[in-house]
Amino acid sequence: MSTALLYGKLLAVSLRAQMQYRTAFVLMFFGTFFTCIVEAVGILALFDRFGNLGIWTLGHVAFLYGTVNIGFALVDMFARGFDTFGSELIRTGQFDRVLLRPVNTVLQIAARDLPLQKLARLTQGVLVFGYAIWTLELVWTSKQVMLYIFAMSSLVAFFYGIQIVRATMCFWTIESLEIVNTLSHGGQETAQYPMSIYKESFRDFFTYVIPLACVSYFPLVGVMGVDDPLGSTWSLQALSPIAGYVFLGVCLVFWSIGIRHYRSTGS
Amino acid sequence: MTPTSYLGDSRPRVAALVKPFVAIVSARFRTLLQYRMAAAAGIVTQIFWGCVRLMVLGAFFAVAVETPPMSFASIVVYVWLGQVLIGLLPWNHDAELQELFTSGSVAYELLRPIDLYAFWYARTLAFRTAPTLLRLIPGTIFAVWILPLIGLPEWALTAPESWIHGVLFITSLIATVLLSCAITMLMTISLFWFLEARGVVTLMSGLVPVLSGMIVPLPLFPDWAQPFLNWQPFRGLCDVPFRIYSGDIAPDLAVYEISLQFGWVLVLLLFGYGLLIRAKRQLVVQGG
Repeated sequence: MSTALLYGKLLAVSLRAQMQYRTAFVLMFFGTFFTCIVEAVGILALFDRFGNLGIWTLGHVAFLYGTVNIGFALVDMFARGFDTFGSELIRTGQFDRVLLRPVNTVLQIAARDLPLQKLARLTQGVLVFGYAIWTLELVWTSKQVMLYIFAMSSLVAFFYGIQIVRATMCFWTIESLEIVNTLSHGGQETAQYPMSIYKESFRDFFTYVIPLACVSYFPLVGVMGVDDPLGSTWSLQALSPIAGYVFLGVCLVFWSIGIRHYRSTGS
Repeated sequence: MTPTSYLGDSRPRVAALVKPFVAIVSARFRTLLQYRMAAAAGIVTQIFWGCVRLMVLGAFFAVAVETPPMSFASIVVYVWLGQVLIGLLPWNHDAELQELFTSGSVAYELLRPIDLYAFWYARTLAFRTAPTLLRLIPGTIFAVWILPLIGLPEWALTAPESWIHGVLFITSLIATVLLSCAITMLMTISLFWFLEARGVVTLMSGLVPVLSGMIVPLPLFPDWAQPFLNWQPFRGLCDVPFRIYSGDIAPDLAVYEISLQFGWVLVLLLFGYGLLIRAKRQLVVQGG
């Protein structure tokens, strides 16, 4: 069976399982959606109180916020298996079974679960993004559309890489995983605002060490057509998303090192 | 055991609260100390959030056209106290108490010869305070001493304005802890009706951080929202103690604010107590 077909089949099983509890799904969806809306209230309050954030308007921040949340929600859905890897596969010893099967481990874990309630965050992201497009009145040239798609795919690759790192750390410890939240949820929160507002050392960390700015801020500034206060040029903005794919590659290498390090606890 | 049997004599009730509380807190501490790495990771996460929040708020303050309703110095206090005391926010359940409901062992709880509300309240108190105490010290050391050392004195947590502010802050913080536990108790008691805890947790984890001021300090919300924000109980979780500490709420007003906090504690305690009595009456224990 081809890999893609197998992946699709496994995800379909997860979906069918969730549809057995339809009411629970609907309630969770609206619950999560409500939480997402409330979260955005903080940003609205700040803009209401202070007007604009220098050259950045609410529309610009909504553009960043919407994009980052769409990407993050997609990863939250499709990388759920990595999120629960420590508690469900390592602690229980079930990972041994994964290793025995003649299919790529990353694929098996990615296909373990597809939590539908994450659609709530996705919906919220799309709505906020819609608002941004409507207020900014952007002129979409084909160049911008292509850069946006490139940026979004690289954003997804980036956050997926972080989820793989979180899972890989479980080969050594299942205790201090909360620290990865500074990269995943912290990255999501950081990228919701323009990078130019942060302190230089912090910005450098999220550009050169963890390439968050390369998958969100730089390409998105290019799409919005804003003069970047950090002075990035169009060619840099168009090329920076490559960093997201490189990051994912590094994370996959880390994963394979982790697997080689893995010692089962035995029966 | 009916709750009224304790009402005549107050001593066993106090003992019923204090003794299990001490036992539970020490047990919790010993458990938590097994997970030192987890605590360290938690502290790094909180420091990270604190810094991001200060940079975002600082950026807004830097471009403010009108004078904001709060000074940036007060914001710094607000953000760090929030990060250090984040464990007090009542947005989740004690997993052990929740387990009682899904496994049905809640029936055993009803047999114990101590008042159920007091006993669970003591457990909740331990659940809320033990992890917070563990994280309080390293977080405070960072916010008070490390930040000036790494060249960010404008972000450092400073001492309260005066000893009066300090005493008022501690009083207000005690009310905060009691309030938080009273709200957590309501969430736990709601499990008698909703066995599935996720709904309540989802709702509370969305509402509580916003309404308490953890996400954005409450005075920065629009002026038209202030009357509502001032009266709701969640404000007593962050906004009141933090602003008393920074002097943003003057001492004479602080006395009023603190009594409002204790008022909410009383209301929610009584409400929870009454709700638990009703819940026990409705409870059907199945099986033999």
